[in-house]
Amino acid sequence: MFRIFLGIGAFTLGGGYAMLSMVEKAIVEKKKWVKEDEFWDMITVVQTIPGVFAINTALYVGYKIKGFRGAASAALGAALPSFLIILLVAIFFVQIKDNEIVERIFKGIRPCVVALILAPSIKMIQSAKLTWKTIFIPISAALLIWQCGVSPILIIIVAATGGLLWGMYRKWI
Amino acid sequence: MDLIYLSYVFFKIGLFGFGGGYAMISLIQHEVVDNYGWMTSQSFADILAISQMTPGPISINTATYVGYTVAGLSGSIIATLALCLPSILMMFFVIRFLFKHKDNKYIAYIFSGLKPAVAGLILAAALLLMNKENFSDVGLDNKNISIIICASTFMASLFWKVNPMILIAVSGVAGFLLF
Repeated sequence: MFRIFLGIGAFTLGGGYAMLSMVEKAIVEKKKWVKEDEFWDMITVVQTIPGVFAINTALYVGYKIKGFRGAASAALGAALPSFLIILLVAIFFVQIKDNEIVERIFKGIRPCVVALILAPSIKMIQSAKLTWKTIFIPISAALLIWQCGVSPILIIIVAATGGLLWGMYRKWI
Repeated sequence: MDLIYLSYVFFKIGLFGFGGGYAMISLIQHEVVDNYGWMTSQSFADILAISQMTPGPISINTATYVGYTVAGLSGSIIATLALCLPSILMMFFVIRFLFKHKDNKYIAYIFSGLKPAVAGLILAAALLLMNKENFSDVGLDNKNISIIICASTFMASLFWKVNPMILIAVSGVAGFLLF
């Protein structure tokens, strides 16, 4: 279990969702520990839990298959590669950061990072199938955080409570 | 004292980090850049770029990096553990009560409110990074290279789904040649 998730943690680029097909291949196809549909049921549950998606997946899949020890070794395996890599980066990047060439390269990269965050937010707004009535939610959330310095945590609490109350109200009428 | 703040902040981020890595960016930014000033907006953008180029979740990468810069090796371990702790607690205590019935309608209600808000969170993270530190040449000359890089990589990512690593590499080369 540790080795499977170590491999997955070391070789998945591009965030948690990129790792899903690798986990699926290892757990379902190769080891046959769970069936295909059981696996996707697990992922549905994992998506509703806050925190690091990759760690949650490792914990839950590890726990379901091998209990507490499975969960611990899977989570450790998933976290260790990125922890070690970033530790090395942190140690060395601090030394080369002020190098003139590195500075020029990062001046080019920073605007690209902004674009790489902007793009998925637009994609999410599109995929959430918002109407003219509900589009105010992401817009006002963004404005409150950006312009008024409101804590994103407060936005999450309000949005979750609002969704719950609205759903119950619609059911009730 | 730093270690206590680090564990408190990253525990909070882990506890409220709904909606995946991109959504957590605005939480991390709010605490690490705005509230505690552990990082400048510039180094935060740098660590996001490094996260995109290395394996592993953005939030773990940021926790490790911030922890190391604030309090060395022990800081990086504490911050990363604190980030994962809520997940571990949730997994073992909450999940048994909460997910007895898989299609819980109350959870569906909660996420109907969370989903659009999370899109707003990500949008806010991008807007907060659009500043003088990350767009260093704007206003200095009329070439506006960083705006051109941002606009073209945005379109390449949104419309042609170009791999982020390729976009970062190309932007790095562009920065080296043009700045």
